[in-house]
Amino acid sequence: MFDLVSFIPRAVMQGIPLLYGSTGEILTEKSGNLNLGIPGVMYVGGICGVIGAFFYEQAVPAAEMHAVLAIGIPMLCSLLGSLLMGLLYCVLTVTLRANQNVTGLALTTFGVGIGNFFGGSLIKLTGSEVPSIALSATSAYFSKSLPFAGSLGWFGQVFLSYGFLAYLAVVIAVAASHVLKRTRVGLHLRAVGESPATADAAGISVTRYKYLATCIGSMVAGLGGLYYVMDYACGVWSNNAFGDRGWLAIALVIFTIWRPNVSILASILFGGFYILYLYIPSGLNLSVKELYKMIPYVVTLVVLIIVSMRKKREDQPPASLGLAYFREER
Amino acid sequence: MNKMKIHISKRASLPWYKAWAIRGIAILAALVTCAVVTMLLTGENPISIYSTIFRGAFGTARRTWVTVQDLAVLLGISLAVTPAFKMRFWNIGAEGQVLIGGLATTACMICLADKLSNPMVIVCMIVASIAAGAVWGFLPAFFKAKWNTNETLFTLMMNYIATQLAAYFIIVWEVPKGAGKIGIINQSSEIGWLPQLGNQYLLSIVTVALLTVVMYIYLNYSKHGYEIAVVGESQRTASYAGIKVERVIIRTMVLSGAVCGLMGLLLVGGINHTLTTTVVDGRGFTAVMVSWMAKFNPITMIFTSLLLVFLSRGAGEISSAFGLNHSFSDILTGIILFFIIGSEFFITYQISMRKSAGKEG
Repeated sequence: MFDLVSFIPRAVMQGIPLLYGSTGEILTEKSGNLNLGIPGVMYVGGICGVIGAFFYEQAVPAAEMHAVLAIGIPMLCSLLGSLLMGLLYCVLTVTLRANQNVTGLALTTFGVGIGNFFGGSLIKLTGSEVPSIALSATSAYFSKSLPFAGSLGWFGQVFLSYGFLAYLAVVIAVAASHVLKRTRVGLHLRAVGESPATADAAGISVTRYKYLATCIGSMVAGLGGLYYVMDYACGVWSNNAFGDRGWLAIALVIFTIWRPNVSILASILFGGFYILYLYIPSGLNLSVKELYKMIPYVVTLVVLIIVSMRKKREDQPPASLGLAYFREER
Repeated sequence: MNKMKIHISKRASLPWYKAWAIRGIAILAALVTCAVVTMLLTGENPISIYSTIFRGAFGTARRTWVTVQDLAVLLGISLAVTPAFKMRFWNIGAEGQVLIGGLATTACMICLADKLSNPMVIVCMIVASIAAGAVWGFLPAFFKAKWNTNETLFTLMMNYIATQLAAYFIIVWEVPKGAGKIGIINQSSEIGWLPQLGNQYLLSIVTVALLTVVMYIYLNYSKHGYEIAVVGESQRTASYAGIKVERVIIRTMVLSGAVCGLMGLLLVGGINHTLTTTVVDGRGFTAVMVSWMAKFNPITMIFTSLLLVFLSRGAGEISSAFGLNHSFSDILTGIILFFIIGSEFFITYQISMRKSAGKEG
C-alpha cells in the first residue's frame, strides 16, 4: 500500500528548496535576466549559512546558544552570500552587458566550487578539531516544528511537521505572486522583462529594476540552499549532496509558466517525483528506479513544448529574456 | 551611478591588437586575483603558488600528456558547440550529448563484444555514438525550428534525461551485480578499445587536432559556415537572402550533437574504457564558456581551453599539496571567467568621462 502520510511530508521537504529556487528565478526572469547561476547561488546560500553557524557553534557551547542568534547568524550570512552572487551577476550582465548564458554558467561553476571547497576545507582552514561539519545544535533550531504538531495525527504530520523556513517559502511565493500580478512595482517589473525599451520610455529605471529583481531573487534562492543543509540535511554538509536541485528549480520555472503561486504545489509535486522511486515497488530491479528519476525532466520538457506550440500570450517567457538592454541601441 | 557623467557608446571597431591587449590585461588581473585568493587560503607566496600550479600541469612527462589530453577533450567539446553558438542557438546540452554518445559506445562495447569481430565493433561504436549525439542535438533544434521552443531550457533538460538513461543502463550492465558501476569494459579481450597511436593519449589528441582544422575551415570557408553566420546575425536577413533558416538550424545542431557524440566515443572507447554518469564532468558547460571566450574561433579556442585546463590541473596540485578540497579549481576557473566576461565590455564599448559642474568624475 502506498503510504501517503509518510510520502507527503517527504515530498514537501524535497520540494521546499525547489520552491525557494524557482521563486527566486521567476523574480529574476521577470526582469529579463535568465540567471543560469541559480544552482551556484543556492550552493553559496547553503555554505554561507554553514560557515556562519560553524563559527557560532565553535564560539559558544551548545547549551548557551541563543535561539535568535542561532537562526539569525546563518540566515544573515546566507542572505549576504547569495546577495553578493546576485550582485556579481548584475554587474556583469546589466552594467557590463555581458552574455547572460555564459555569465550564469560561470556563476554556477564558481558557486558550486565555493560550496564544495569550503564544505570540504572549512575544518582544515580553521584548524579546528571536529571530524566533520555537523551543525546539529543549529539545525535543531531550524527544524523545530510547532509543539503540538505531533499530537494531531496525520493532519499534524502532513501540514505542521516542518521547520519555519518551509512556511516562509510558501509565504514568499504567495507574496511574490501578489507583487508580480497585483502591484505597480510588479507591473513595472514585467514591463522591464517584456520590453525594456518601452519601460525605459515610460520612465521606469530598467537598470534599477533588473538589479533589484535579480538580487532579491538570488537571496530567495539562497535560502533554498540554507533550508536544505539546516533542515533537510540536519545541519550536515556533504559535498555535492545538494545535487542538481538548482537546475530542477529552473525547470520548475518553465513548468509553472512563471507563476510563483503555482510553484508551491508544483515544487511539492517535483519533490514527490524526486523521491517517488523510493516508494515504487520495483522488486529486485534497482535500475528502473533510475528511470523514475527522469520523470521531472521529461514532464518539464513536455510542458515546455506544449507551451511553445500553443503560443498563448500569457504563457510565454518574458520577451526580452536573456537579452541585455542598451538604451543607445534601440 | 547614473548621476556621474559617464558616457558609454559602442566602438566602431577596435584593432585586433588592442582588443587582445585588453583581454591580456584581464587575464593578468585574473591570475593576480587567483594568486591573492590562494595566498589568503594557504599562506604561501604567489611565486611558489604558480610554480606549484605549473608543476601540477607540466611537472612530469605523464602529467604533461594528461594535461594535453584534458585539453583535447575540452577543446573537442568546445568545437562541437561552436557552430550552434555562432548561429545564436544556445545549446547548453553538450553535457548530455557527449554522455549519450558515450552511452551508445558502451552499449556497442558490451552487447556486441561476443557477436562481432573487434574492427566491426569499433565501426558500430563510431556510427552509434555519432548517431546518438546527433539525435540529442536534433530534438531541440527541431522544436526550435518548428515552434520556436526555448533551446536553452530544452537542451538543459536533455542533459538530465541523458544522465538518468546512463544511470539506468549502468545498473543494468553493472559488474559485479550490486556494484552500481560498470568497471573497465572488456578488460581482458580489449574489444572495442580504440587503437592506440604511439601511446594511450595520442589518439584523442590527434583526432581533436584534425577536428580543429576541419571546424575552422567549415566555419570560415564553406557555404554552410556562411549560412550559419548569417542566421546568427539576423534570421530575417537570412530568410530574405533565400537561406532556409529552419534547415540551417536543424542541420547545424545535428552536426553539433554528432561531434559531441564523437567526443563521447573518445572518452569511453579511447580514454576511460568505462562509463559513469559523471564522465563528462561538467565539461559540457565549461565548453560553452571556452567557445564564447574565443569568440567562436577554433584556433583561439586552443588557448582558452589551455588556460582553463592548466588552471584546473594546477589547482588540483595545490589542493593536494595543502590538503584542500579539489573544488578549488572551480573557484579559480570562476574568477578567470568573470574577468574575461567583464573585459568584453571594454572591447565592445567606449567609455568617455564628461566633466560635470561641481562633481568629481
